[in-house]
Amino acid sequence: MNIVVCVKQVPDTEAPIRIRPDGSGIDESGLNLVMNYYDEHATEAGLRLKEQFGGSVTLIGVGPERTKEALRTGLAMGADEAILVSDVALLGSDHLGTARVLAAAIKTLPHDLIICGKLSTDDNAAIVGPALAELLGLPQATAIAQLEVDTSGGTVVVHREVEGGVEVLEVPLPALLTVERSLNEPRYPSLPGIMKAKRKEIKTMSLADLGVEVPSVGATAAKSALTRLVPPPKRQAGRMIEEDAEKAVAEIVAFLKNEAKVL
Amino acid sequence: MVQSMVREFASREILPAAAQLDHSGTFPQEILKKAAGLGLMGMLVPESYGGTGMDAISYVVAQEELARASAGVQTIITVNNSLVADPIARYGTEAQKRNYLPGLCNGIRLGCYCLTEPSSGSDAMSLSTSARRSGDEWVLRGTKVFVTNGVEADVCIVYARTGPDAGARGISAFIVEKSFPGIAVGKVEKKLGIKCSSTSEILLDDCRVPEDNLLGEPGIGGKIALSTLDGGRLGIAGQAIGIARAALEDSVAYATERLQFGRPIGEFQAIQWMLADMATRIEAARLLMYRAAYVRQQGQRFTKEASMAKLFASETAMWTTHKAVQIHGGYGYLQDYAVERYFRDAKITEIYEGTSEIQRLVIARNILKTRQ
Ligand SMILES: Cc1cc2nc3c(=O)[nH]c(=O)nc-3n(C[C@H](O)[C@H](O)[C@H](O)COP(=O)(O)OP(=O)(O)OC[C@H]3O[C@@H](n4cnc5c(N)ncnc54)[C@H](O)[C@@H]3O)c2cc1C
Repeated sequence: MNIVVCVKQVPDTEAPIRIRPDGSGIDESGLNLVMNYYDEHATEAGLRLKEQFGGSVTLIGVGPERTKEALRTGLAMGADEAILVSDVALLGSDHLGTARVLAAAIKTLPHDLIICGKLSTDDNAAIVGPALAELLGLPQATAIAQLEVDTSGGTVVVHREVEGGVEVLEVPLPALLTVERSLNEPRYPSLPGIMKAKRKEIKTMSLADLGVEVPSVGATAAKSALTRLVPPPKRQAGRMIEEDAEKAVAEIVAFLKNEAKVL
Repeated sequence: MVQSMVREFASREILPAAAQLDHSGTFPQEILKKAAGLGLMGMLVPESYGGTGMDAISYVVAQEELARASAGVQTIITVNNSLVADPIARYGTEAQKRNYLPGLCNGIRLGCYCLTEPSSGSDAMSLSTSARRSGDEWVLRGTKVFVTNGVEADVCIVYARTGPDAGARGISAFIVEKSFPGIAVGKVEKKLGIKCSSTSEILLDDCRVPEDNLLGEPGIGGKIALSTLDGGRLGIAGQAIGIARAALEDSVAYATERLQFGRPIGEFQAIQWMLADMATRIEAARLLMYRAAYVRQQGQRFTKEASMAKLFASETAMWTTHKAVQIHGGYGYLQDYAVERYFRDAKITEIYEGTSEIQRLVIARNILKTRQ
């Protein structure tokens, strides 16, 4: 089974985020960048299928040169190959633009299954996976929490957690899946894996290599633009009510009614 | 990437179990199996013999991360890497390497290093365990003490006297399997810290060792023992820095949370200065360790550098954990807080693989030698 996993590099969720003074984005200096956690789960899913059914796992990332670090993490976990699409013309692309580039790159690869994370932890948009499936004309299932492959029928059976239950879908291959973190526990890259990953060449492709017309991606083609990024409001200190029980309860009820407006 | 992988592994798989392992003193079998799966048991062994062939800097980086979570677990791992697998990789015959290294790297086997004896500690080259030839075997007789991994190990590097020469020149090294006749585990010691690693006597009562299990030439055992310790000391420096960093991290967190006199104790200058000194000494120790590892990976002699790193790092660990307990006040004296464990674990780093006094002796000898 030929599996393609899409990988994005994002700021470590534990890193303190500073916003640039002009609100145009986040200040990346000194920021620890890692593979998007959901993509670790996507990579793990790909590797498990490969171990079960053979074939290969190819990682594909779109972004600046530094994105190779995230791709190397996936190679160290055991992926066979990694491709980076990098081009200055991609600056300012929106999610649809990224999906267009991924679609063009994936068309050049054999693919039975494309796996993406449900979302990336930096912009929480959850658009690229579904958009990519549409662009490739493939069936898709999003936010899957369980995955089984029926080799005879050439289908995958997936479970999605929906309000009040589980939705079970059968999807014919080739298909695109986006994965939930509960799908699996990603493996650690092993030291031999890290050594191998260090030596592996990551193929870099430009838009010209893919035959993608510049106006279809990048800032000018973007259908959405980031106007401003603002930090969340500072957490207010809690309020202590130091009364005996009866009075305190009355005060809390009043607070919930009048100020918090939840009662 | 090595650092982030080992940090992830240590914080997810070792840290949650560390306090319990310390209290119960149980050997962390499952953790070691996982560590072996990631290639952490044979980091210095070439890939062709089942190791991961890492450079010396990656090795010490990994040791610090492991010890940050549990010094006890790290001891077991560093002994297997530096004191057992590494000398076999460097001095072993092709057959010995094929026979022992894959198992030591993949976690099927565990190694221990038997140098110290009841009356030969710092003066290790005065050891008296004897090895005499009998047909195509060597017969070993003597008592080894303080053997880390002594209980669980199945491959022991044993240093014994094969020739009449006194001192280092009469010593040879042997690879002794626990299954050979005449080797037994003696008393198992109860210790102050690093409790999940075993420390025991190894008794050699006419232990019969095939001649093929002599490691290196006869008479170079002293050289093997000492050069192995150079590498081992880098592992102990990593251990000491890991413990010290743990103490600092816990102290920073505590200093921001603990309120006295209406504010976090971290706002008192007395506490701030302790934290600043802890952080500075740790950084200095780490740079000494990196430098020693760098000299090693350049293929140069690194005896003096390793001793300096081990000396400074271990005294930093002791000093830092002492201050960490102080910052935690009475709570630091309780087993509920991890600094109590760090404080106990730190002490060993000033003792094994050469006491601080012996490190100073080694450093001084190296400095004075260059003047001659
Ligand atoms: C938990 C633990 C694990 C160990 N693991 C191992 C192991 O796996 N394998 C192994 O072979 N050994 C191991 N050891 C032994 C360890 O390396 C020795 O304990 C150490 O080298 C010191 O030897 P000693 O205890 O005999 O002390 P001694 O040598 O008797 O030293 C006593 C004191 O005298 C000082 N001293 C001695 N000589 C001098 C000198 N010339 N100048 C100044 N001061 C001096 C020492 O610094 C020390 O302060 C372990 C020890 C412990 C506690």
